[in-house]
Amino acid sequence: MAYFPHTETEVRQMLETIGVQSLEELFADVPEKYRKEKIEDFPALNEMELMAEVNEQRFQQNHFKYDHCFTGAGRYDHFIPAVVPQLAGRSEFYTAYTPYQPEISQGTLTAIYEFQSMICELTGMDVANASLYDGATALAEAVSMAVTATGRKEYVIANPLHPNYAQVLKTYLTPRNITAGEKIGQSTAAVIFVLPDYHGLISDWSQVLAEAKAAGALLIVCADPLLLSVIEPPQADIIVGEAQPLGLPMSYGGPALGFLAARQNYLRQMPGRIIGRTTDDRGNRPFVLTMQTREQHIRREKATSNICSNEALCALTATIYMSYMGASGLQTVARLCKANTDYAMQKLGSIPGFSVEPGEHFRDFVLHCPTDAREFRINYLHEDGIEAISLSDKDLLLSVTEKTLRESTENSSIDWIYGCLEREWKN
Amino acid sequence: MEKLIFEYSRPGRRAHTLPEAPQVNFGVPERRSLRLPEVSEIDVVRHYTRLSRQNYGVDSGFYPLGSCTMKYNPKINEQIAAFEEFAIQNPNTDDWRMVGLLRILYETEKMLCKIFGYAAFTLQPAAGAHGEFTGLLIIRAYHLDRGDTRRVKILVPDAAHGTNPASCTMAGFKQVTIKSMPDGGVDIEDLKKNLDDTVAGFMLTNPNTLGLFEKNIAEISELVHAAGGLLYYDGANANATMGIAKPASMGFDVCHLNLHKTFSTPHGGGGPGSGPVGVTEKLKPYLPVPIVEYDVYVNHYFLEDCLPKSIGKVHSFYGNVGVIIKAWAYMKMQGAAGLKKVSEMAVLNANYIKARLQGVYDIPYDRVCKHEFVISVKEFKKQYGVTAADIAKRLMDYGYHPPTVYFPLIVSECLMIEPTETESKQELDAFCEVMLKIAEEIKTDPELVRSAPHSAIVGRLDEVKAVKEPDLNYFLC
Ligand SMILES: Cc1ncc(COP(=O)(O)O)c(C=O)c1O
Repeated sequence: MAYFPHTETEVRQMLETIGVQSLEELFADVPEKYRKEKIEDFPALNEMELMAEVNEQRFQQNHFKYDHCFTGAGRYDHFIPAVVPQLAGRSEFYTAYTPYQPEISQGTLTAIYEFQSMICELTGMDVANASLYDGATALAEAVSMAVTATGRKEYVIANPLHPNYAQVLKTYLTPRNITAGEKIGQSTAAVIFVLPDYHGLISDWSQVLAEAKAAGALLIVCADPLLLSVIEPPQADIIVGEAQPLGLPMSYGGPALGFLAARQNYLRQMPGRIIGRTTDDRGNRPFVLTMQTREQHIRREKATSNICSNEALCALTATIYMSYMGASGLQTVARLCKANTDYAMQKLGSIPGFSVEPGEHFRDFVLHCPTDAREFRINYLHEDGIEAISLSDKDLLLSVTEKTLRESTENSSIDWIYGCLEREWKN
Repeated sequence: MEKLIFEYSRPGRRAHTLPEAPQVNFGVPERRSLRLPEVSEIDVVRHYTRLSRQNYGVDSGFYPLGSCTMKYNPKINEQIAAFEEFAIQNPNTDDWRMVGLLRILYETEKMLCKIFGYAAFTLQPAAGAHGEFTGLLIIRAYHLDRGDTRRVKILVPDAAHGTNPASCTMAGFKQVTIKSMPDGGVDIEDLKKNLDDTVAGFMLTNPNTLGLFEKNIAEISELVHAAGGLLYYDGANANATMGIAKPASMGFDVCHLNLHKTFSTPHGGGGPGSGPVGVTEKLKPYLPVPIVEYDVYVNHYFLEDCLPKSIGKVHSFYGNVGVIIKAWAYMKMQGAAGLKKVSEMAVLNANYIKARLQGVYDIPYDRVCKHEFVISVKEFKKQYGVTAADIAKRLMDYGYHPPTVYFPLIVSECLMIEPTETESKQELDAFCEVMLKIAEEIKTDPELVRSAPHSAIVGRLDEVKAVKEPDLNYFLC
């Protein structure tokens, strides 16, 4: 039991001031039959005992650790500069609530305005919100915007989307009779283009854009923010994505950071918090939560979304990361990722029997195996301390980042997997 | 005021020390410019340090923000969640490598089940509203699975948080508002009038958003269930009932909790949160996938994806695991008895402030409150032209974060005060003194209160202008 400042004397004094005899009396309005019920007990640990327990779980984690991780597929192990967690870890930031009172929340508000601006710059869009739960829910919210904007109820997924994202879309949208269509046409509200796609493939979006335009549908691009730092942003109506790569640890999938940016004309349909700049009565130019008539606390059942708490601290973290990296840093990370992807694809694809999915890939790529990929992964790769995903009985989905070592060092991951694949397959 | 990071930018300046990148080809046109700040490491450090000082957190001082449970966020929780073994894990990794982490998730679920009385919890929803949405989808799936396709309505009290009705719409329901009685409870007659075989469920916050326990809960539960509907518990106010009464026993079939309120995980200036959803046995088949399971025979924790009746996935992976770890640590530290004490002390603190302000401030619902209570200053407004917002701003001058204002919508000019259990009697006394002093100021110098805050770094903001001339992006203005 911890974090109680009350002394026994104080509890008595307080009860007296309130005018009751006991703590139980404060719960007299709770029907007795509920209060009499037994709660199944579990013990309290002190801080020392808790740390021992935590260390046991850490040991369990380490015990089965892999040496070479080639797992990506939605979360990526990028380098996080020391500055980022240190600054985001300032408790004035993390112990604050949503900035409802702007006079004492300019810290969060300013940082989120910077976040919105940086996301707009990366995506080439006009407006961005203060964040959504993750990339998958951001995509669902974007489709929902398109449905409102067009009055149509179908979305079309143009290229391979992460299956988890597709499932979230289905869960989110089916109850409102918004369904996935096969072909772009007159009933299409939104066309979804993924950049890069689930397999890491970067493809040209101009054909899809033209088809969406011709059908009167909105083009939603679900893009990786690091890739956006180097390529010309697509001429989409809405760009969403997962910003975990911008300075956030993978955390087994969450907290994550969904972003959503759109053209100006979709501002009123946007979900979530939006920070704006205004003036005060002293000539300052402070920041404030704005455009709130879209939101649940005012519009209730007619709101654009139900979102309230979002991922503000993650947005702050990404903002610090982007400030520290600047354009040159983000682009360097993106190029190093691409160079490592190219190297790994070229090297692993050259092993007799193996081949890679053609095309330009970013971080993730598909390795076609000459044997059952699932068995190969379990029987051989795991033995060699390699973690990777099997997509099917033919294919592995591998992933690298700027952190993945290439060659010349003893433990270089790409050369390691190369050696292993070559050896295992030969045997 | 602190400048924007963009304003520190100087061409050619940089903070990072990354190696040179080789020439690569992306296969699509590369962009010509990217206007991000060009700053040094110390620029970044000073800028965000200054910004942090323009913020107010629980660590800065008393934060009686009603409905938000701004309790102390234990430091040990932060340290544990940041350990590399937990934080640097790809969610696609095989279960057998994740024994420590999966066990933490499993234990979290089990502890929540014990306290709240449910058969199972999903930890996937990333916030309270996300939990509501998930819970409503479970209700929907339950009715449809029984072949009952007529239940298209969800009833919601007028005092409910805005996320409740908004979640109904997102889950494909039509929401119907139920009136409150003058004493703050559900208007049973209005509820009866609206209960029929088109009602899928009733969403209730208990204690309600006025901080009052719904005395008629047994009757409400009977009525809703007799009509074939399910009862939904908005657990945002669970800090008042832990170890006292289980929502499952009160008849709530589905419940969401806010770990970023009741279970001490920090709010982060607006997230990340976590909104686990608990269900009774009959609703278990509809939980979102995956669920964490444990096989006793081989002592193995794993993620189960195969639930044929599941509502599907609600998050790209397993929710905000980094937040859940903190709540796990908190529950381990408190134990079941500690969590009961949390609720007792939270309710004690709220009633103490209420007793001290009574007579000076109008407390429209005058009975024992739970973890929070509402005052209305409509008389001050009528007589002195001082509003709830003015009092909120004046509190800042005295170094406090203000209470929640203008919520719930059914009480005019209201302030909602929630002290939480982690505040001492001295802290509460000091706050009460200031509240009483402000009441005095309102009578003697109302302008002083109307023009507050006087000590904040910014004055009163022009919120209308913010909407009329939106400036939402540095590069567009
Ligand atoms: C009563 C109530 N319900 C639901 C919510 C929504 O929770 P969240 O912000 O985590 O989505 C809140 C949050 O303020 C609340 O107070």
